[in-house]
Amino acid sequence: MADNILLQVRNLKMHFPIEEGILLRKKVGAIRAIDGIDLDIEKGETLGLVGESGCGKSTTARCIAQLHKPTGGEVLFQGKDLCKATGSELLSARMGIQMIFQDPYASLNPRMTAGNIIAEPMVIYRERKMLDISKKEITSRVEDLMEKVGLSKHFKNRYPHEFSGGQRQRIGVARALSLNPKLILADEPVSALDVSIQSQILNLLDDLQKEFDLTFLFIAHDLAVIQHISTRVAVMYLGRIVEISTAEELYKKPLHPYTEALMSAVPIPDPDIERNRKRIILTGDVPSPDKERFGCYFYDRCPKRMEKCKSSIPQLKVMEGKHQVACFLH
Amino acid sequence: MSEVILKVNDLKTYFNTDDGIVKAVDGVSFELEKGEMLGIVGESGSGKSVTNLSLMKLIPSPPGKIMSGTAMLDGVDIFKMNDNEIRKLRGNRIGMIFQDPMTSLNPFLRISTQMIETIMLHQDKDKSAARARAVEMLEMVGIPNPSKRINDYPHQFSGGMRQRVMIAMALSCDPEILIADEPTSALDVTIQAQIIEVMQELCRKLNTAVIMITHDLGVVAGICDKVCVMYAGRIVEKGSNDEIFKDPKHPYTQGLIKSVPRLDRPSKGRLYSIEGQPPNVIDLPECCPFHPRCEKAMDKCRNTYPPLKVFGKGREVSCWLYEGEK
Repeated sequence: MADNILLQVRNLKMHFPIEEGILLRKKVGAIRAIDGIDLDIEKGETLGLVGESGCGKSTTARCIAQLHKPTGGEVLFQGKDLCKATGSELLSARMGIQMIFQDPYASLNPRMTAGNIIAEPMVIYRERKMLDISKKEITSRVEDLMEKVGLSKHFKNRYPHEFSGGQRQRIGVARALSLNPKLILADEPVSALDVSIQSQILNLLDDLQKEFDLTFLFIAHDLAVIQHISTRVAVMYLGRIVEISTAEELYKKPLHPYTEALMSAVPIPDPDIERNRKRIILTGDVPSPDKERFGCYFYDRCPKRMEKCKSSIPQLKVMEGKHQVACFLH
Repeated sequence: MSEVILKVNDLKTYFNTDDGIVKAVDGVSFELEKGEMLGIVGESGSGKSVTNLSLMKLIPSPPGKIMSGTAMLDGVDIFKMNDNEIRKLRGNRIGMIFQDPMTSLNPFLRISTQMIETIMLHQDKDKSAARARAVEMLEMVGIPNPSKRINDYPHQFSGGMRQRVMIAMALSCDPEILIADEPTSALDVTIQAQIIEVMQELCRKLNTAVIMITHDLGVVAGICDKVCVMYAGRIVEKGSNDEIFKDPKHPYTQGLIKSVPRLDRPSKGRLYSIEGQPPNVIDLPECCPFHPRCEKAMDKCRNTYPPLKVFGKGREVSCWLYEGEK
């Protein structure tokens, strides 16, 4: 494994069982939320993960953090497979992986003060004797972190409801930073925020990344946000990765028909460009991931489908540079 | 064209709360011409939705109250209508589409029941004619096999399809005005593109005027003819689509446009951002509500609300920067 790779995901699968019956629960099928993905995250980069709702972006992040036990595959963090790790191994590995959640209202305990929320990860690891830190040090670190994320330390005794959405998200960011993690899984951290607040949080994440040498897996459905913040972008569809490339390359030369359609559907705030753009409008909706597929996952909606796509699944293929695409056209 | 069908003047909607009076909408005026698309943009809490709920008299009262203002629809003031007249207006002359297609359809009733009810209530049609009209509308919004699907329940449709049903329902009585409150915010981009295309096409065909409420500047740039930018309950800038995006005058509009990351312009490094938070609209002092976040704030901005500066037809800005200009 190359030195600069922090996290490797190999053939990760997460199939949620569909059960029927009242007393005798019987498995009758599975929701294939993630159906075999491979990812490498390099140290210090931001990997953007983009796709429509239900494509498995959040499940991927949760499987990496082992909040769901994946049904197959490997998650190698610093060379260790988290899927097979024991309880205490997992606990120590998780010190290096922290999450930021989408909803700043639901992800903070309303009965805890901001200071306690930020301190909680440190308190937990301290109690288990995995972190050598005094109570006093925790307090000063909390104040430090609050200043770092742009909150006054005098707010530490306030409760979440006293903060605005943007400020709450800053608390969430401070909490994620409290254990000095290496990797942050940011699950739609700006989707619930207004435009003017969104840009503040994006800038904050950018600054923190430089300061603490962080690696991000950044999930969003907004392609423009993803393109702005990411070094590389992975496009997901129905539990599979269809294309991975650097951010600029992906916009200039999208190879997969799905990426192309996605790019053309994003509105751009400029009337001239909007008037002259040619939109590729996909027909239909994202199909349900509840059955096994033997052809390309995008077959039903693809404007460029061929006979071959129906019967065999395209694998990710390396094109020029770092560009990878899973499509028979290439 | 250019026949004004709705003229809103100095609309004020306040809410009484325990903490004080929330001036959700504080003096909003605009005109809507026949067949045009008017975009209202602003952040959450800026009063976009309350403005339009006021037009339908859908403000829960108490705590809300329309304090003053007129909304002239073909020479009749909506705010002076009684309940009976308003009922004839809603859904018939003004249609509305809401953000969340899951909650705005009744999950217990078939689509057919819901659509036929609307049509029979407002138009002189018997049940089978109303049904035929409903099927025709569903076909127009692109629902496959409409004569069969009309008997389905809302949960049998996907999010995008439900929003199509909402559009069909809102347009089924040929309203003159369609109010679309964040119609695509809950949808994915590929579905959003489908819905916008349907809306645009249908409204052009039926010559319906649309008030499009959204926080997404990209959506506005793509489809609207005119744009109003709202901040803290007031319209701070008004103009045609091109004017707003190419020559934004108010510092808030300028900041808003600059702070959106753009797909066509890869910008590494820092995004422009407007510092601070939107103000609390309770007991707002008589000042420009944007001044604490404004880069160009002057002393005057802290004391008095800027007057409206008119730069020709339909181009208005509320900012002290342009006080002396002609």
